[in-house]
Amino acid sequence: MKVLSPRSLDEACALLARDPAPRPIAGATDILVHWPDNLNAKAETETYLDISALSDLRHITREDDVLTLGALTTYWDVIQSQACRDDFPMLLDAARQVGSVQIQSRGTWAGNIVNASPAADGVPVLMAYDATVVLRSKSGEMEVRLDEFYSGYKQMQRRPDQLITAIRIPRRTYDTQIFEKVGPRRAQAISKVGLAITHSTEGWRVVAAAVAPMILRCKSVEALLESGAPVRSPDDLAQAIDQDVAPIDDIRSTREYRQRVLARLIYHDLKGVLPAFS
Amino acid sequence: MRRIERDYPIASVGGDIGLPADDPECPARGNTERTEFGRVAMGAVLDMLEEAKDLDSPTPRWVQSIGNQRGVGSQPTSTLMHCPDERPSARSPSSCKPDASRRQSKRADQPAPEVCVQRLEGISKLTGRERYVDDLPFDDALWGMTVRTRVPRGRIRQIKFGSAVDWAEFVVVDHRDIPGPNEVFLIERDQPVLAADYTRHMHEPVVLIAHPDREMCRRAVADVQIIVDEEPPALDYRLPAGPEQIQRNNDNLFKVLKIEKGNTERALEQAAHVVEGLYETGAQEHVYIENQGMIAWVEDGVVVTKGSMQCPYYVVNALKHALNRDESQVRVIQTPTGGGFGGKEDYPSNLALHAALLALKANRPVKIIYDRPEDMAATTKRHPAQTRHRTGFDSDGKLVAQHIDVTMDGGAYVTLSPVVLSRGIIHAAGPYACDNVLIDGRAVLTNAVPFGAFRGFGAPQTLFALERHMDVCAAQLGIDPIELRRINLIRDGQTTATGQVINDGTDRTAVLDQAAQAIRFREKQRAHESFNATEPYLRRGVGLACFWHGAGFTGSGEVALKSRLRVQGHADGRVEILSSSTEMGQGTWTVFTQIAAEHLGIAPADIIITTPDTSRVPNSGPTVASRTAMVVGRLVERACDDLRQSLGLDNATRGEAVTAAIRAWHNTNADQSLFGEAQYEKPPGINWDDDTYEGDAYGTYGWATYAAEVEIDLRTYTARVIDFVAVQEIGKVLNNTLARGQIQGGVAQGIGWALLEECKWELGGMKNCQLTNYIIPTSADLPPIRVAFLENAYAHGAQGAKGIGELPMDGPGPAIANAIADAIGVHANIIPLTPERIMGMMDQTHA
Ligand SMILES: Cc1cc2nc3c(=O)[nH]c(=O)nc-3n(C[C@H](O)[C@H](O)[C@H](O)COP(=O)(O)OP(=O)(O)OC[C@H]3O[C@@H](n4cnc5c(N)ncnc54)[C@H](O)[C@@H]3O)c2cc1C
Repeated sequence: MKVLSPRSLDEACALLARDPAPRPIAGATDILVHWPDNLNAKAETETYLDISALSDLRHITREDDVLTLGALTTYWDVIQSQACRDDFPMLLDAARQVGSVQIQSRGTWAGNIVNASPAADGVPVLMAYDATVVLRSKSGEMEVRLDEFYSGYKQMQRRPDQLITAIRIPRRTYDTQIFEKVGPRRAQAISKVGLAITHSTEGWRVVAAAVAPMILRCKSVEALLESGAPVRSPDDLAQAIDQDVAPIDDIRSTREYRQRVLARLIYHDLKGVLPAFS
Repeated sequence: MRRIERDYPIASVGGDIGLPADDPECPARGNTERTEFGRVAMGAVLDMLEEAKDLDSPTPRWVQSIGNQRGVGSQPTSTLMHCPDERPSARSPSSCKPDASRRQSKRADQPAPEVCVQRLEGISKLTGRERYVDDLPFDDALWGMTVRTRVPRGRIRQIKFGSAVDWAEFVVVDHRDIPGPNEVFLIERDQPVLAADYTRHMHEPVVLIAHPDREMCRRAVADVQIIVDEEPPALDYRLPAGPEQIQRNNDNLFKVLKIEKGNTERALEQAAHVVEGLYETGAQEHVYIENQGMIAWVEDGVVVTKGSMQCPYYVVNALKHALNRDESQVRVIQTPTGGGFGGKEDYPSNLALHAALLALKANRPVKIIYDRPEDMAATTKRHPAQTRHRTGFDSDGKLVAQHIDVTMDGGAYVTLSPVVLSRGIIHAAGPYACDNVLIDGRAVLTNAVPFGAFRGFGAPQTLFALERHMDVCAAQLGIDPIELRRINLIRDGQTTATGQVINDGTDRTAVLDQAAQAIRFREKQRAHESFNATEPYLRRGVGLACFWHGAGFTGSGEVALKSRLRVQGHADGRVEILSSSTEMGQGTWTVFTQIAAEHLGIAPADIIITTPDTSRVPNSGPTVASRTAMVVGRLVERACDDLRQSLGLDNATRGEAVTAAIRAWHNTNADQSLFGEAQYEKPPGINWDDDTYEGDAYGTYGWATYAAEVEIDLRTYTARVIDFVAVQEIGKVLNNTLARGQIQGGVAQGIGWALLEECKWELGGMKNCQLTNYIIPTSADLPPIRVAFLENAYAHGAQGAKGIGELPMDGPGPAIANAIADAIGVHANIIPLTPERIMGMMDQTHA
């Protein structure tokens, strides 16, 4: 096993341009989970790029119309950030429910995005805030909307030579911000169902986690909310949810449970908020 | 930070019974308590760290603590013990004082020290300096690993060694390397040390491998293929086995037991009401923090095994038998053990045999440490059980007949199933008086990984059924559930199902009432009615369970064990306790030290105790069955008396007079050893008939009522315990902190079993064998656990103590299920009550 320790972002991008590209390490909280498997076969040949010392990437910057999280921003950084607390309280809600304090202080939002778990807790709130991902490589920089970043299970619009350098979140006024994590227990838990809902002048965003191969916006549900059609029980959401998600039975829960809980959360959480929900 | 605390409360476990959760006079109770707990706990931690600075001095420093109560809430009564959670200050020493009337042996001018020792190995564990088996450096040692069949049942046809590794570098052991019988010595000898030609469960060990590099072992294990001609496995203990699944006698039954009192069938026919019910409890994994591990080597012809275990002499017996050696040729040493809960009762024998076989063949030390997935997959669990009740009442709600039918899944080998079943059925009728009782029990063979000992040992399973059933009966009879229990609680002079006369003077109704009062059962019922009517999706309920737990081995078990213990007087005047009873986090060392110090009137610092080494300590019996403080603790007292006797002192001699006599003895008997000894003696008047299952099943019982308040979120079907009260009578409380720790820990484990912990099975093996997917509660999942003790000294236990370790496992399951049934009206008759299961139950109820 080889670990490369670049001293600058440019150097990091140069190293990433090698073939095969080394694998970035930020907080290593996901990388280490897969460690024992790696040891069996790949560890000896694997090359890692340790970006954790690139302090330029660890910042939270508030500008007039956008909040930027540097790629090394941890959950703990967000919990302590006044800027996040003021404008994006769901980031804090999600951060506090990630693993434990130890994980919160090491794990990064960018790592959460690239790990691409369908059950991630950081991704849904970012997506519901219309976040974009800044990707950089030796050949240049590009910006991708997070809700267009994934295309399937662990499939995403990031080439191996690209590093996420920042996550950008447009600053808007929201009148609804709801985050729900349904885990098997109240801490150190992998989500069985995740949900983030926002409403602003840009419309509704309903993001669901752990109910499809990737985290995604529930566009049919959003359209239903937009239409103002009456919703009198969770069942009235079932059809739209069915079009948007495809939950499965697995070791953690069942298809049936995930589907129903998603509907019930949306229904009960919006009942006091929207006149159409009664 | 403040916001975090408010939003994500860290569970406070230091609750005081005097503080009802919703006391209007204590609006900020949660916070107050949290700060209080935080302050006290942190203070204690800092002090301990301070002390830890001299950790390297061989004698730990002692904190003699004199109990006090926190002075909040209700006044202590003469029996209710308010306990200091953490390190107490010396404000009001009265409530924790040992009962003076019991101390006739002490001279009035020489009051005994109120010895209440702080956790002996606490500092080294807290500071991470404790060395567990995996921490022990071992030059020249090999790593050992196990190849398993991965097939639940079948004939082993062939073992294929691949070419991914160089096999010349490895030591390889199979059944042919076993010097003696290929049997793990336990109740029966049906379990092979290594499968020879047949496999009965997925994780059956077949081949052992050793190599200096652990990683190479992993690769080698993956390079062995075991070819099995598969046969149809029996996988559901609830169904009768088909002919092709029969593997033992003609019925796959390991053990059948019956308890019979009166004429149950006739009484059921004549009863005013008959209520039936079917109840089920799932398997449970111990999740001791330290995985199983063992080191073995050969030293001067003696096979030595050293590792994490509860019962060193079980390991001795297993080594003697399969290695064909006599006792002088085997030696077993316990290492500091990070939890056992029964999981390290019998399994370490298998592991020690494996390590020893490799060490014998390699002629080098071999260390086997299971990682978590292997530990969870291959070691024992709590027996799943199904219990059917048919219960008759007269028109006043008095029990007239109980027919109880218990089936337990034994897994692939007998292990401890007969005795688990025995304790299970003896507890099945509960702490109630009933003239006609018929209990049928059976333990069934399946091709699952063998089930084994787990805190409570069968009783939590049958008590879940019973106490859930009592609520079902109350509802059908239209009687209040507390009232129904009160009417039927056994009173002095009445007999249990086995005909044992209970006559201990304990006020069992007071235990029940105090729990109901402390949780404010009635007020909560009323409050919940309006809460549930107005809240959109939250529902609350409250429930309780009344139960008992027999302390010590069942029936004539203690007599058969003939436990022994020694104390040794050293030349410097200190006294060492030599016992095979193990410390595994529950406090054996602390409590033994306390008992000896108290009994001899000397300072705890002058008592020595270490991990047992069978070359030095006698067989004090296994560290199980809530017997250690009560039964073996009494041997500590008697061995101390014997020591005094050897010194020509009477039992009233205490303190410096004893130490001086020890020193003087050594002056005149240089180079000799001074011992005091004791062997278990059956207390008079205790009789048990193992053939008819009649008589005194246990020397004594602990009595308890636990109450739970739950909140269910109907959006997610998730139930959470929001308040918990545990009231129990356990004889004399020897050490408040330890006793409360046992109760709170047991309740936490019970909450896990009731709501979260589910073994998911595939072909008789546990699928979710990772901590990510086998869900145990974290502190954030726990309510305040409010503990109260009533004390009624037991004449034959150390200082009047009864057993306590297992009791708290029995109550949470039924109390919580009853509370859930109360909240949402479902038939909460199966645990764990996971959200998915509650969802299914609600569908059934509303269908
Ligand atoms: C005990 C435990 C509990 C956990 N609980 C939760 C939880 O509750 N909720 C949750 O969502 N997650 C949880 N996780 C998962 C994990 O902590 C998060 O996904 C975390 O955000 C990952 O960040 P990291 O910096 O540690 O990533 P790393 O492990 O360093 O990397 C993860 C992946 O991202 C890539 N990567 C990292 N940074 C970059 C970058 N800047 N550009 C390109 N690629 C990059 C890496 O190559 C790797 O593929 C838990 C993990 C553990 C071990």
